[in-house]
Amino acid sequence: MKIKTILIALAISSSGAFAQKIKGSDTVLPLSQKEAENYMKQNKTAKITITGGGSGVGLAALVDGTTDIAMASRKMKMAEKIKLQNAGKAVRETTIAYDALAVIVNPSNKVTQLTREQIEDIYTGKIKNWKEVGGDDITITVYSRETSSGTYEFFKEHVMNNKNYASSVLNMPATGAIIQSISQTKGAVGYVGLAYLEKDVKALKVSYDKGKTYTGPSMETAKSKTYPIIRPLFYYYTASIEKSVKPFVDYVLSAEGQKIVEQVGYVPLSK
Amino acid sequence: MITSLTVVLIVFFLFKEGIGVFNKKPIEDGYVVTINKNNPVKNISSESIKDIYDQKITYWNQLGGTPDSIILFRLEDISNYYTDEQIGENFEGLANCINRLVDSLPNIIAFFPEKYLAPDFNGHNLNISKITLSEFLIGKEWFPTAQPVAQLGVMPLILGTLWVSLGAILIALPLGLAAAIFMSEIAKDKVRNIMKPLIELLAGIPSVVYGFFGLVVIVPLIQKTFDLPVGETGLAGSIILAIMALPTIITISEDAMRNTPRAVKEASLALGASKWQTIYKVVIPYSVSGISAGAILGIGRAIGETMAVLMVTGNAAVIPHTILAPVRTIPATIAAELGEAPNGGLHYKALFALGCILFIITLFINLTVGFISNKKKHNNH
Repeated sequence: MKIKTILIALAISSSGAFAQKIKGSDTVLPLSQKEAENYMKQNKTAKITITGGGSGVGLAALVDGTTDIAMASRKMKMAEKIKLQNAGKAVRETTIAYDALAVIVNPSNKVTQLTREQIEDIYTGKIKNWKEVGGDDITITVYSRETSSGTYEFFKEHVMNNKNYASSVLNMPATGAIIQSISQTKGAVGYVGLAYLEKDVKALKVSYDKGKTYTGPSMETAKSKTYPIIRPLFYYYTASIEKSVKPFVDYVLSAEGQKIVEQVGYVPLSK
Repeated sequence: MITSLTVVLIVFFLFKEGIGVFNKKPIEDGYVVTINKNNPVKNISSESIKDIYDQKITYWNQLGGTPDSIILFRLEDISNYYTDEQIGENFEGLANCINRLVDSLPNIIAFFPEKYLAPDFNGHNLNISKITLSEFLIGKEWFPTAQPVAQLGVMPLILGTLWVSLGAILIALPLGLAAAIFMSEIAKDKVRNIMKPLIELLAGIPSVVYGFFGLVVIVPLIQKTFDLPVGETGLAGSIILAIMALPTIITISEDAMRNTPRAVKEASLALGASKWQTIYKVVIPYSVSGISAGAILGIGRAIGETMAVLMVTGNAAVIPHTILAPVRTIPATIAAELGEAPNGGLHYKALFALGCILFIITLFINLTVGFISNKKKHNNH
């Protein structure tokens, strides 16, 4: 019993005044971890705990007040905004970095480039064979992330013009699984974050102007915004505790913090 | 006592959250879908609204209206119609702009937040009905995050779960029984002493490892063997689940078989029955309740297993016509989607309702098998 009290007392005292909790998107998670690590090295008194779980989990925790910052790889939804309003909380949104999405295929695929319209038709199920877009006569197998992932939503809004995915699309639980499947399936197509690109899969050049110019995904093209499939990553926090979370958010936005963004494989905010 | 109370509480919580889905409209909280007041179409089913926004339905006469093409409107399209000044810096003019827009375009269908619905709104606010139980169970489309109207048909998920589990049991039961018979009746002690711990070791492997093994080894193998465009299929899930259910089935049935009294077996042999006759006329009937217990636990594991299935079945929510097509199971859906679903929302509740369905399926299987094995026992004595 005594030991328990001491432990609890220790836990309370060690959390201190600077303890901050960050929760949410698994996409932003590795970035936040790295940022927090470096931030804590510089500020010995600061203490930051980071947990993943998904954008929805983070934003729900923000409503309940169990986290200080919510990480999100998608914009806050109307329902969540209304909930926060009902809880009497004003919310601040900060874009901390960008993530470029690469459209990838099996390396044996002859196709090297697609227009946005073609990608849309592939994902809505209108184009079913690679020969329709200049490839071999192979059925297209379409891979996507889970319906609730922020990446799924973003791809739908940004690339598919808000249309719904065909129901025959294969949903994979993680980016690693998409890469694994695409590297072993000839007719496969999928999308992954720029940071995950590797040589087992081939990234396609993409055109957003009906085929006039095609751009491949890379850190350079993403930074200069010539690569079109790029999405913002957010931190959300309530205005009432702005003072206590601001130093960390500012650190992430600083030149040093943005350098870490690039190291982790995301695209830094351009000045 | 405490355990049963906990179980009751969990079940109560599960059903309370799950039934909540039928109190919700399939439209995102705080949004409305409206059309021009002069449009002859007054009611649109939620399925048709989805098809309109996917541009599969593009003319009003497909819904019994005028032969004009449908004009889609979402909130972000407002800048195509009005200038920033008209909308206002804090969107104070937005409600008015939308009102005028819906009023001026007879062929519009507009989807926007309810708070921008002007008090003197001139259009027709579409009434979207709550989800009914039959829609939920028979619906063929699972698009829980679709906008403007979510589609929550769980038929593909239920069928996917049943397909995969059935396949797993069909593979695991004969193999498991054969292994159990071999180990309890035929194998020498030396062989048995090596095999038993090896099989039990199978049960100790984490399911993620099974999933990874399936994705890297079994999926490409199936793709090559059957010459399929894609290897992530229900069959891959069944094979992985069968491997995972094997240790349970083997261990429990083997223990039951070994409990057959020596006297009974020897009596059978003394009457001139061969070893095989003894096994299937004496040992198996004697241990049938143990075997069915092993089968129940095996099926239970197969139906509820999440991670391994999530990784190998491809998770496409289509009604499976063959076991060589991608399927999506209920546990995989819950595991993959619950983390990102807004807390307490429609999607969240729908996932709980899926949990209820899963609970009912397992309960039903347990009761049936329990009933069968009880009956058998009575016949024997």
